[in-house]
Amino acid sequence: MNNTVLYILLGLLVFSSLLTVMIKNTLKAVIALALVSAILTVIMFLMGAPLAAVFELSVCAGLVTAIFASTISLTDDPTPEPGKNKKRLGRYIYLPIIIAVVIGIIFITKPGLNFTTVIPAVSENTVQNTLWHERNLDIAGQIVVILAGVFGVVILIKERSKN
Amino acid sequence: MLSIIFLTIVLLYIIGFYCLITTRNLIRILIALEILTKGITLVLIYAGQVSGQMSTAQSMVITLIIIEVVILAVAAGIIINIFNINDSVDVRKIFRNKE
Amino acid sequence: MPTLFVLIPFIAILLLNLFYTQKVKKLAYGAGILITLLQMFLSCTVIFKIAGNFFSAIEIKYFVHLSIDLYGAIVLFTIGLIAFISLIIRRHSDHAEIFNFSQLILIIMIGMNGTIMVTDIFSLYVFLEVTSVASFILIAKKKELMALNGSFKYLLMSSIATVMILSAVAILFMTYGTLSYSALGALLKGTATVPTQIILAIIFLVTGLSIKAGLVPFHMWVPDAYSGSGASVSILLAGIVTKAGGVYAILRLLMDVFPHITLIKEVFAFLGIISIVAGALLAITQNEFKKMLAYSSISQIGYIIVGAACGTPLGFLGAFLHFFNHATFKSLLFVNASAVEAQTGYKELDKLQGLGGKMRITAGTSVIAFLSTAGIPPLSGFWSKVLIIVALWQVGYIPYAVIALLASILTLTYFLILQRKVFFGKPSAEFENTKEANRGFIIASLILAIITVLIGIAFPFVLNFFKIKGLL
Repeated sequence: MNNTVLYILLGLLVFSSLLTVMIKNTLKAVIALALVSAILTVIMFLMGAPLAAVFELSVCAGLVTAIFASTISLTDDPTPEPGKNKKRLGRYIYLPIIIAVVIGIIFITKPGLNFTTVIPAVSENTVQNTLWHERNLDIAGQIVVILAGVFGVVILIKERSKN
Repeated sequence: MLSIIFLTIVLLYIIGFYCLITTRNLIRILIALEILTKGITLVLIYAGQVSGQMSTAQSMVITLIIIEVVILAVAAGIIINIFNINDSVDVRKIFRNKE
Repeated sequence: MPTLFVLIPFIAILLLNLFYTQKVKKLAYGAGILITLLQMFLSCTVIFKIAGNFFSAIEIKYFVHLSIDLYGAIVLFTIGLIAFISLIIRRHSDHAEIFNFSQLILIIMIGMNGTIMVTDIFSLYVFLEVTSVASFILIAKKKELMALNGSFKYLLMSSIATVMILSAVAILFMTYGTLSYSALGALLKGTATVPTQIILAIIFLVTGLSIKAGLVPFHMWVPDAYSGSGASVSILLAGIVTKAGGVYAILRLLMDVFPHITLIKEVFAFLGIISIVAGALLAITQNEFKKMLAYSSISQIGYIIVGAACGTPLGFLGAFLHFFNHATFKSLLFVNASAVEAQTGYKELDKLQGLGGKMRITAGTSVIAFLSTAGIPPLSGFWSKVLIIVALWQVGYIPYAVIALLASILTLTYFLILQRKVFFGKPSAEFENTKEANRGFIIASLILAIITVLIGIAFPFVLNFFKIKGLL
């Protein structure tokens, strides 16, 4: 039962990502991206990563959509693109071909890809312990990245009044 | 179990890269990068499940998500500035090098 | 000691931002200069073990996974030096811009110091991203179209590189269950034949790191980013950011994690040789000063990677020495290019002519830098190139050694073209009144030229020093 639900969700994931790249309107594509995030959240929760799933939902389905929406509204392209309807979907003709070729290569050659662990797991900490005690360097890196991002947004978006 | 998840990840990568290459709008490039990031997130969680160390994998995913958001914000700032100069976010008009 | 390199700039940024008054804005520049000098001093204490125990005792033992070895200390010194140079040039800008610039320099120093000191692949990725985000902002700060163009291209290629590197990290984590350099190195040494998924991981890792380092055929972002940015930023980028990020990551992984796997060494040697030749050939056809220097950087980074791909201690020594030498002479060239652009306003080579008489110090230091890049004795570039070529010969990559030697002739060609066009000849009418560059530029170029000449002349002592330390 659990596996079937997982497979259905994975199929939905691929379908909604296809939807995201093929929708013509950029704003609707961003909403489809939020849908992809939501499906990924459920998949991650089913695979046993609840904390990361919550992070993914709140940040990617929320904050990223907000950033995209504000960017799209600030860069409103006034020139319409007439006559591009047919050409746009036509660009995606090659996609199924490429997918079929890659999957064909993978199944025919069947490389010895063996995704199992060579070394079994040692101890099992909780996420909190791991994040704060063993990987505190990552937390420091994240703080510095956020600081740099704040500087970036301030420098790039603030418009200096011309003296 | 192995093949379906592996297949999904490969498909996500291909879709993301394809959108990256054939798009004409700067914002869609960012959307394609986001799809690639989703693919990476799925790979990391799968790696955590297979190796049994879910806590390390979840820490990696959390760090990755935060860094990607910051990169996205900086990219949005750059795109807004490009738009202010050029009044367009069309890739062809912007990436043509001056000879 | 390692934590100090990451903590001191961070505390400086916090203090500068907490007390945000007018006076503090002027202090930001002084704080930047002070911290770069402090970094140079602290890294020298590690290299030369001067009062070693005293400074090592000042250690805040919170981050346990940081460590510095001798090669790391050399790179830390280089970071401090180039950041110091790029701050000196900026003495005459207005205060708000200096405030932002100094803080971004501090952030990028945290990122680069972190990349050098970590012992863990995922933390390597985190600090590479810190460096990248700070450099996107620094390039795009100018807000002109070429700068934004270069910054966006760099962002795009850097994100693709992130996807590749993280895929490789995920596969390695899946197979071995650990992320630290030493554990992975020990486990990879143990395997007799390389499993298929590790080969896939190596392909992803090579692609991602080559994009970050700017190797051919993933070098598309390098010329636009280097030429679009402003004066100090291009010095910083070309001198240290690309190298302390991508190139150092490749070197460290080749030393600690993959020393026994021949596949990755062969692939990197091949990519390095292609970069040397393609970078040199593409540089000949360029018309813009900074773009020619950017292609020359790609070529020199090819030398560093080829030296490291030998795998022998001599190869690594040559690679790290070329790392330091390239930082000095390439930064010197970018200082001169920025000085020329500041004084004449032109970037294209066919519009510049005969500036040698007017800008004597710039022309003189350019000649020293060109000779060092091409590998003419007794300057520093010659010695590091000789070490790399000898290391290639010893391992058995004889055609690669011959190609590397012949590429020096190509290097000399395009630099002679450059020198002749810009500095020699008669000045045209509009350049009658150009003066020598500002004092900041003169001081910076003199410092770098003196270092180039000194290291070149005193090279036997340098080699002896490394023999004593047991690295040869």
